[in-house]
Amino acid sequence: MVASLALACHAVAQDTPVISGGVGFLTNTNQAGTTFLPIAEPLLAAPLGSRVLIESRAALIETIKPKTGLPRRYSNSFFAGLTYLQGDVIVAPHLNFVAGSFLIPFGTYNERLSPVWINPLQDGPLIASLGSMGTGTGVGAQVRGSAASSPNYSLTYAAYYSTRSGNQQFNSERSFGGQSSLYFKPQRVEVGLSYGRLLQGTHENFYGMHVWFEPKDTSFRLRSEFARGHHAQGYWVQADYRTTSWGGQGSWRRNFEPILQFQQTWRRDNTFSDGLPLVNTQRLDAGLNYNLPHSTRIMTSYSRQFSSTGDRNIWETGLTYRFLSPAWKGRNK
Amino acid sequence: MNPSKAHRTHRVWLYGGLLAAAVTASSVTVRAQQPTQQSTSKPTAQAKTGSTKTPPTMADGARVYGENCSRCHNPPEGFPQHVSGTIARHMRMRASLSEQDWDALLRFFNPK
Repeated sequence: MVASLALACHAVAQDTPVISGGVGFLTNTNQAGTTFLPIAEPLLAAPLGSRVLIESRAALIETIKPKTGLPRRYSNSFFAGLTYLQGDVIVAPHLNFVAGSFLIPFGTYNERLSPVWINPLQDGPLIASLGSMGTGTGVGAQVRGSAASSPNYSLTYAAYYSTRSGNQQFNSERSFGGQSSLYFKPQRVEVGLSYGRLLQGTHENFYGMHVWFEPKDTSFRLRSEFARGHHAQGYWVQADYRTTSWGGQGSWRRNFEPILQFQQTWRRDNTFSDGLPLVNTQRLDAGLNYNLPHSTRIMTSYSRQFSSTGDRNIWETGLTYRFLSPAWKGRNK
Repeated sequence: MNPSKAHRTHRVWLYGGLLAAAVTASSVTVRAQQPTQQSTSKPTAQAKTGSTKTPPTMADGARVYGENCSRCHNPPEGFPQHVSGTIARHMRMRASLSEQDWDALLRFFNPK
């Protein structure tokens, strides 16, 4: 009994809720002028008991952009909303149940790379809206987990159903879909497939595939994703390298992070229901980030976008900070 | 009663009894062997899948961290141990970690 009490105390001692997230100040310069985007994305993770976790992420964004035709005059708008609010239950070793408002599991960007403190480039991919059902979140239920795992591979799955919600904070479309990924651990190669079906309006199907390769003991990452909708399709390929092997411990040269990304979209017809560019588009992004101490990052990038409506340059800079703190002071064991 | 007929009847009873005893003994033997077979075959299967019940080591946790968490994001500068369970549970959901990888990650976050 004393042992079980000690175990319970140990478990509780590790389960203090966490407030994490990122804040940033981003700028975007194109032919229309410079837009400033102060942004905060706080995240709360609060365990309940030994098998439940409540998670939520919010976005607070102020957009300050130049007024058209009025040099040096700016307009501003403010947005605040919950990105997701979900309850997670560990049902069995291979089964987790999620209910509430959750990020739609399609491709890799929406669930893995969208937070401001993670994505190495400011802008999401051009195809980010394919499969994310317009809002990126679903309101309903989801099952997910590890179907099989060994030292050599891991097979994961996710399947969801979302109902339509017109609530301003929990906006979603009626849809269902899922994802499965096979990850070869020694080779650090992941191949995944995604599927989604919109169950209202045009009843579109979305298909996705992603391949990630991150060689072991290097700071190189190659990520790619392809998505196809009923009216458009596209892909992106991103190479990212962190110069951690340059210089000795503590050297300033270790903190650079060059990024190169190429993406392309095609329209299959003239129905514009998916958020992709209205004409076939190619875009090259070249970024250079510098990772400062204390999870602070300076981001810079130059993008050149090519399309029949006109080519354009996009310059982006930003400063992001990632924070992580206990919700209250606890005792370390 | 004919003596040869009585002898045959005794033989039938004898063989029948021996057969019943053999069946009973064999079933007892099989039942007795079952736990032994399980106890010998299970570790072999576990060794093949790598799902042994031995507690995960720090190296296992570091591997899980490298294979899952740091693929997407840079590691945080550090965090107090009393939030390690919350972070590990969050990563279990986000990265669909197996039960064993979750344990290993928790061990990695709590080295003491």
